[in-house]
Amino acid sequence: MISLRDITYKYHNDDAYALNHISIDFKRGSFVSILGHNGSGKSTLVKIIMGILRPTSGDIFIDGKPVDKDNPLELQRRFSIVFQNPDNQFVGATVIDDVAFGLENLGVPHETMVEKVESALKEVGMWEFRNHEPHRLSGGQKQRVAIAGALVTNPDVLIMDEATSMLDPDGRKEVLSILKKIHAERDTTILYITHDLREIEDSDYVFILRKGHVVNEGTVREVYEDTDILVSSNLELPYNIKLSKALCDGAYMSYEEVVQRL
Amino acid sequence: MLSSMILGRYIPGNSVVHRMDPRAKIIMTILFMVVVFMANNTVTYLSLILFVLFILVLAKLNPIFVVKGLKIVFVLLIFTFLMHLFLTKGGTVLIDAGWFTIESEGIVKGVFIGIRLVMLVVITTIMTLTTSPISLTDAIEKMAHPLKKFKVPVHEIAMMMSISLRFIPTLMDETDKIIKAQSSRGSTFMTGKVKDRIKALLPIIIPLFVSAFQRAEDMAIAMEVRGYTGGEGRTSFRVLKWTLKDTIGIIVVILFGVLVWWLRT
Repeated sequence: MISLRDITYKYHNDDAYALNHISIDFKRGSFVSILGHNGSGKSTLVKIIMGILRPTSGDIFIDGKPVDKDNPLELQRRFSIVFQNPDNQFVGATVIDDVAFGLENLGVPHETMVEKVESALKEVGMWEFRNHEPHRLSGGQKQRVAIAGALVTNPDVLIMDEATSMLDPDGRKEVLSILKKIHAERDTTILYITHDLREIEDSDYVFILRKGHVVNEGTVREVYEDTDILVSSNLELPYNIKLSKALCDGAYMSYEEVVQRL
Repeated sequence: MLSSMILGRYIPGNSVVHRMDPRAKIIMTILFMVVVFMANNTVTYLSLILFVLFILVLAKLNPIFVVKGLKIVFVLLIFTFLMHLFLTKGGTVLIDAGWFTIESEGIVKGVFIGIRLVMLVVITTIMTLTTSPISLTDAIEKMAHPLKKFKVPVHEIAMMMSISLRFIPTLMDETDKIIKAQSSRGSTFMTGKVKDRIKALLPIIIPLFVSAFQRAEDMAIAMEVRGYTGGEGRTSFRVLKWTLKDTIGIIVVILFGVLVWWLRT
């Protein structure tokens, strides 16, 4: 169980708070999405969770114990993150080197490293590509490698920071299906950060951020039902929502249900 | 033109030479370069050529392919040959055109120096053709390890080298994109006076720098959150394995050097 308690953050040269009293809990093994438009505070929140920024006030608890703010390294071992731009997070010269990077930093002995890298790459289906250089991979493949590199250190939480926003539709599908698989097979908590409402359908729980406030939270169904909040948060409604709104006064229907209804 | 250029490129393969320890290859290359400078007569130069051909065969590289890829070097080669032809005096006078003479010593020197140049280029090219840039970086890191005592940040330099190598294709793509973007806005790079063309490069270089800095920052954050704190306490995924063939290789080059020393006049 990871809890953010009353997190507030203000950038030095800014009057407004980037984050306003954010409290979020996520259960181990859950798939949580955080939705928000540009400037809603998503990235700031990620940086705080990762220990890159220190909150102006508020605490982070892991299993009830507060995290030592002076020791962000401890946080980094619990959390792994996949960033937006697939090129800018590829450290190694080849796929296999990149996945090993996190383990090298932790000082893992060579034999264990080889095993772990292999199983992580197999998990995301990139083992055949292990000797490829990054420029020979598609965006989706690069993100899959990044996921393997994030999972290889066996983190409690895998954060996907808009990890699909630079991908083509196929790459996006690849990444989402891998996440679904990880969610089913591991007890890693997935924290999925996005501005795209279409990507949250597999989530257990959703938070909607607007200007540093949590404006709505709940299951996918609950969040979808309040379309006014979605619209006022500048989020574009997916077609099935628009349709279900038109068909039956806003009650949420999943894509399949809409098809059936039609 | 650029696609056939093989200077500094790596061609994956599975020959004995490919599988050798990169450290051994670097040492052998340096030793061979010393041997090249020992040669001073026909027999020794011939044996140099034979030795290089032998290595080419071992590395399963086609000599014609290598020669074709080194076209750019031949310009330099012809230039040095002509310099020797006209400027080195000695031996019998072959052509006397009054204001210049061509003498036999000039031809001999020209050919010898030409061979020397080709041998140096070919042997270093064999090294880069058969060793991936990343293993070369590893080898340099390992070999420079003793410098750590003198506070040289060996690991950091190697890390910088390998990240730079990894970003070369990415930045090439980026440059391509920027050129297209600027061309579509009406920039011309290929026509006009040299001065104008150099000026036209600015709108390419500036966006490229901006994006490179952005990438560098992203990369720094990505490395940091993956627990990178520098070389201390870090283990290495890649291990270099020194095997018998590496020792044999170095011995062979040394024996060859002894042979050349014995044959030289």
